[in-house]
Amino acid sequence: MKVLLFARARDLAGEDAIEIDLPAGATVAELRRALAIRYPKLAGLIERSAFAVDAEFAEEKTPIPATAVIALLPPVSGG
Amino acid sequence: MIRLTRDAIDYTALTEQVRKGDCGAVVVFLGTVRDLTGDCVTVALDYEAYPGMAEKKMAEIEADARDRWPVGEIVLEHRLGRLEVGEVSVAVAVSCPHRADAFEACRFAIDRLKELVPIWKKENWADGTTEWVHPEKSNHG
Repeated sequence: MKVLLFARARDLAGEDAIEIDLPAGATVAELRRALAIRYPKLAGLIERSAFAVDAEFAEEKTPIPATAVIALLPPVSGG
Repeated sequence: MIRLTRDAIDYTALTEQVRKGDCGAVVVFLGTVRDLTGDCVTVALDYEAYPGMAEKKMAEIEADARDRWPVGEIVLEHRLGRLEVGEVSVAVAVSCPHRADAFEACRFAIDRLKELVPIWKKENWADGTTEWVHPEKSNHG
């Protein structure tokens, strides 16, 4: 699945989005662990980021639908 | 209404937009680019958003404010792109029949926006370095 990146996460990865293979029905928690292992440079930031599934904050136990749009959201700083 | 913009925020027009005959109170909050953070000198800030979600969360904040206070009109606007010191990055304007509600609704809207809306700022420091701002305390909720 594709994960959209923003702010420092995008700068660290050098890309707007990254791909990660996860089994169907994987949860946000599993995605978080898999990403941190696959992209160690992002691990520290991933730990304190939220995930959005279809533009809504997702809980750790939420299963990710196969067609969902996923985004990694580092702590926000608007305003 | 809510808006993301790359243009300068016209806070005079935005204030006029919320004024109504049945509202005796208008509160406007402006967030502006500050020159100092601790000892570090800011030259400019770059703001970026996750656009679809940012607009969705801003619309939810507007709806929550309308549920909780007798809001006549409310506008939340956030600017994106490069902003220099002194420029307006965010504006919230609220009208209500009475001032206590208008103050509370405005405070609620800017506080929730800063907690929940996926927008990020990057500091451009005077020494030429840059730094994304990702506060230590988790902001999502």
